[in-house]
Amino acid sequence: MQLVLEKRAERSTIIALVSPVIAIGLTIVTMSILFVIIGKNPIAALNVYFITPLTDAYSLQELAVKAAPLVMIAIGLSLCYLANVWNIGAEGQFLVGAVAGSWLAVKTNGTDAGVWVLPAMLLLGAIAGALYALIPAFCKVRFGASEILVSLMLVYVADLLLDYLVRGPWRDPAGFNFPTTAEFDPVATVPLLFEGGRLHLGAVIALVIVVAAAVLLGRTIKGFEIRVVGAAPRAARFGGFSSNQLVLLTFAISGALAGLAGIIEVAGPVGHLQPGISPGYGFTAIIVAFLGRLNPVGILIAGLFLALTFIGGEQAQIAMKIPLDITKVFQGILLFYVLACDSLILYRIRLIMPQRKAADGAA
Amino acid sequence: MELLEAIILAVLAASTPLLLAASGELLVERAGVLNLGVEGMMIVGAACGFAGAWATGSTLIGALCGILAGVVLSLVFALMTLGLAVNQVATGLALTILGVGVSGLIGAGFVGERIATAPRLYIPGLTTLPFVGKILFGEDAFVYVSLALIIGMSWFLYRTRAGLVLRAIGDNHVSAHALGYPVLKIRTLAVMFGGGCAGLAGAYLPLAYTPFFVPGMTAGRGWIALALVVFASWLPGRLVIGAYLFGAVSILQLHAQGWGVGVPSQLMSALPYLATVVVLVLISRTRSGGSTAPAALGTVFVPDR
Repeated sequence: MQLVLEKRAERSTIIALVSPVIAIGLTIVTMSILFVIIGKNPIAALNVYFITPLTDAYSLQELAVKAAPLVMIAIGLSLCYLANVWNIGAEGQFLVGAVAGSWLAVKTNGTDAGVWVLPAMLLLGAIAGALYALIPAFCKVRFGASEILVSLMLVYVADLLLDYLVRGPWRDPAGFNFPTTAEFDPVATVPLLFEGGRLHLGAVIALVIVVAAAVLLGRTIKGFEIRVVGAAPRAARFGGFSSNQLVLLTFAISGALAGLAGIIEVAGPVGHLQPGISPGYGFTAIIVAFLGRLNPVGILIAGLFLALTFIGGEQAQIAMKIPLDITKVFQGILLFYVLACDSLILYRIRLIMPQRKAADGAA
Repeated sequence: MELLEAIILAVLAASTPLLLAASGELLVERAGVLNLGVEGMMIVGAACGFAGAWATGSTLIGALCGILAGVVLSLVFALMTLGLAVNQVATGLALTILGVGVSGLIGAGFVGERIATAPRLYIPGLTTLPFVGKILFGEDAFVYVSLALIIGMSWFLYRTRAGLVLRAIGDNHVSAHALGYPVLKIRTLAVMFGGGCAGLAGAYLPLAYTPFFVPGMTAGRGWIALALVVFASWLPGRLVIGAYLFGAVSILQLHAQGWGVGVPSQLMSALPYLATVVVLVLISRTRSGGSTAPAALGTVFVPDR
């Protein structure tokens, strides 16, 4: 038996729509098998994972809180991937944005600085993230260095930078030697949408970014250029689009969004700078971008779904003692299925049986 | 003199996983496939390698478990990219994300456990030679295997017909297919070889480098191995230089921390990653005249029958 791909005459629109759903379905089947292997009841585990987080108001808010950074980062990454350049260092840009914004919060801590602090922090975070993302982009267009490897190496560097700052110069003097900055002042904190809740302004910002990206991609020349450079680089050159300029632009935008997500996370749900502020948002956002088919609205839905895996993973650990790593396994398997199902949009799969050949030989 | 000997031994130990993983990836890339999942295959190799050695007490079985884990993961990659023509960059990333999770699951039960480190070669008379004895004749098997791999690979790529076919497929899969070579089959074998090497490289860490398993213990070595292949301009011989250079950088930063050099330890720890960026920039710039990368690297191939 042999597996053969046959190119479709046209992209299959039906499969383009249902492929993320098929991928999620296959992932859930695979996960059930995995739960059985590690000796857990799969029905109960899936229930804790996907249903219970949706049943109370607190978890629903938490879902939006976790989805906001994922959506923001994934929107930026989708622009890169549409232009066929590979920023996989969003985690680093997220951390650097968090660090840059926190600098202002640490410096103004305890002073009676005005309400300008938070907007300035958000701006700093976005700028720092953009500059950090421009390093691999610049190395690519100027020297031809692989943006994949450079952007990834800078994740480790950003992680160490944050570690140095919170253990060294920025450590809270009253923090019992814990590696953390002092708690941010109220003016340096992202406001909550409802008093006493968890939902903060970041969720609104994420929605605004989704709309902005939809407009950019669907209604502007720049958005068109990004898509053409990625899909048909030769045609783009004839059209006079500068692919180098677009590499810089898409990296800068994605870095800025990751940096913004970083500082919002620190100034919002976390409230101070410390190591481990991200459970891998920058990497999970890659999955969000692909599951959302590199489309802003798709990314919004995909972001909510992957946020669910984080919350479900935490609850499954507490309720059923399922190791937290299963969330990463889950996310990895999901990305595999998403990519495999996407292949069906362009190709038809044919299984060729060798029996006929054998029969011919016998005759 | 003794300090120098200790440093050289440490550099060899730190370089070996890089060399093992990078040599596998070099062959994969020479066949025209870009597998970015080296880090994922390494970390699963580390977990499975430790599990195997812990259960049986044998370094050899541990190493074989690591290799097997790498091969299994690489087959998933091959099925996706070669069988289903999925984008190789995205699939490699998926493999790394999955690998980190899987190794965490497997390794969770082993955190805190210890095993005996891999035995070192001992030849009476030779190993006891002053200075060079331990360096040349007192290493663990992994070090010798990694060097043998490089020699074997150079021979295979440049002295055998199969090596020529593999390089041809990496440079132009359409022509190779037209000539009747089984492109996807040879690429699958190359990917499996790369997976085995990455798994072995990962297994080296808990089996010989440190006698215990720590989650995330590969710490980006798989990614550095990918950069080393670029550094080596896809030539096996230069891989040795690159790997030992990087091993030296990582050992240097450890020693510098020990000597109390007045810079933050985090900056020293960042050195290998920063060095990778600098090397990538320099090596890519000097090659501005024409790339030495296999021409079909990372491109999708679907044979039309």
